[in-house]
Amino acid sequence: MIRAESLTKHYGALHAVDGISFTVQPGEVLGFLGPNGAGKTTTMRMLAGFVPPTAGRAEICGFSVEDQPTEARRRLGYLPEGAPSWGEMTPREFLDFIARVRDLKGEQRRSRLDDVIGRLHLGKVLDQRIETLSKGFRRRVGLAQAILHDPPVLILDEPTDGLDPNQKHEVRELINAMAKDKIIVISTHILEEVEAVCSRAIIISAGRIVADETPAALIRRSRHHNAVTLRFEHAAGLNEAAADLRALGDVDHVEIDEATRSVTAFPKGNALILTRVADLAGERGWALSQLHLESGRLDEVFRSITEKEAA
Amino acid sequence: MSGIRVIAGRELRAYFATPLAFVFIVIFLALMGVFTFYLGGFYERAQADLSPFFNFHPWLYLFLVPAIAMRLWAEERKSGSIELLMTLPVTTTAAVIGKFLAAWAFTALALALTFPIWITVNYLGDPDNGVILAAYLGSLLMAGGFLAIGSCISAANRNQVVAFIITVVICFLFLLAGFPVVLDFFGGWAPQALIDTVSGLSFLTHFNAISKGVIDLRDVFYFGMVIAAWLYATTIVLEMKKAD
Ligand SMILES: Nc1ncnc2c1ncn2[C@@H]1O[C@H](COP(=O)(O)OP(=O)(O)OP(=O)(O)O)[C@@H](O)[C@H]1O
Ligand SMILES: [Mg+2]
Repeated sequence: MIRAESLTKHYGALHAVDGISFTVQPGEVLGFLGPNGAGKTTTMRMLAGFVPPTAGRAEICGFSVEDQPTEARRRLGYLPEGAPSWGEMTPREFLDFIARVRDLKGEQRRSRLDDVIGRLHLGKVLDQRIETLSKGFRRRVGLAQAILHDPPVLILDEPTDGLDPNQKHEVRELINAMAKDKIIVISTHILEEVEAVCSRAIIISAGRIVADETPAALIRRSRHHNAVTLRFEHAAGLNEAAADLRALGDVDHVEIDEATRSVTAFPKGNALILTRVADLAGERGWALSQLHLESGRLDEVFRSITEKEAA
Repeated sequence: MSGIRVIAGRELRAYFATPLAFVFIVIFLALMGVFTFYLGGFYERAQADLSPFFNFHPWLYLFLVPAIAMRLWAEERKSGSIELLMTLPVTTTAAVIGKFLAAWAFTALALALTFPIWITVNYLGDPDNGVILAAYLGSLLMAGGFLAIGSCISAANRNQVVAFIITVVICFLFLLAGFPVVLDFFGGWAPQALIDTVSGLSFLTHFNAISKGVIDLRDVFYFGMVIAAWLYATTIVLEMKKAD
């Protein structure tokens, strides 16, 4: 279990992290979201024991990060922001060093090394100096380092930053595969990632938690949740169609987007209007290229929550 | 303990991963030679000992050892690898000692590579090899003291050039404390106890004592204490400002 109790970090007058508390249980994948400078990295650094908190405390698997650092760190795999490492080493030397520091021996060391090298596809770059690797490969080396000792707790600061789409996908699969019995905390600016891997999302803004819910619940906060969007073949008749939709029961209001020739109908409350809209479209014989139910937009929720806070 | 060894091993390999190590050793040996043979008048003295060689060690170390020490922590901080190192399951003390030992072993290697001078003097005459061995030991201990100072200053500064300059200044003070000029300055008025304390703090006093061939445990203990104290200070500095 990870436990954060009113973690606080002040840099002079700046309250980088301002009383953050939460606990994470095995099986949970927690996503940290928040604007640049919100305090995600600082929070993770306090959890990993790199930044000493100004106030509050953190615990990993029951061990206090400050008072029993070695015990806590043994149970933790940590990918710092920017995946730092030693540039003059090759991934092979680097991972071997980490394995030794982590006390992996003999057969176990070999099999763990083979496992992470395979999982993160490092085979081709094993003997190339890390400083000459591309950004994505450097990130993968950092990830390999974090999961090398198969820790019960993983804290990954922007694990997919700089990865190509295939690798992003693979890393998400990797996280999903490990999620069952581990505690995983990731930070990310990629909102689809939260939907793809996280079972819980915490949004941080100006050092405070402003939302702590499942991604699905967050999406439900979107004004687009359950809205229906119709895309028309022709621009003519867009306004008439919009008027028809507006007149439909349970439709709160309608938005027209001329550029994409689409009309979006927003329901009153949580009403389901899809069938009615579809029926209407059939009745009128509208030439549609698309008709779909919106589940909601996380970016919109993110914006509304964090901008409200900043204001 | 195993943490110290693993960290020292990584660090030592890192020295040789770049040409820096070779450049350093070449400069070290070249300067040693120049100082000993030209400035020290090694041949002209026509004596079978290495004192012209060892007399220059403190002054050579004054600039060369801070050059090794400056990167110890400043570089980790700059590249961000300090965050990785300090979140691995090793204690700060183990990391500090491991990195120090690697730097010390590297200096020891550079020092050991001066052996042709020792062979030369044995070829030309009949020196007291016990004295020479003692002087090598004293030299190594003094290098350790300089390195420990440099380690602490490097931990406190992100900028390597700044770390270098501050280290040189502090090392210089530690050397100077044993100088006649300084001691004369105190001589007129200060009580003898203070003069002894000041000269007792000097690297030079203890190094000269050892290099005469008398290995007094007090001199060895002195360097041991200096190293331990500055390394301890390094861990405190790191704990305080590793993330700043
Ligand atoms: N060592 C430091 N000294 C002073 N201020 C700092 C330090 N480290 C972080 N900060 C400040 O703390 C705040 C939070 O930074 P943090 O890196 O935690 O943000 P973040 O949420 O990770 O942002 P990003 O999304 O850009 O990674 C920022 O305003 C940053 O400038
Ligand atoms: Mg960050």
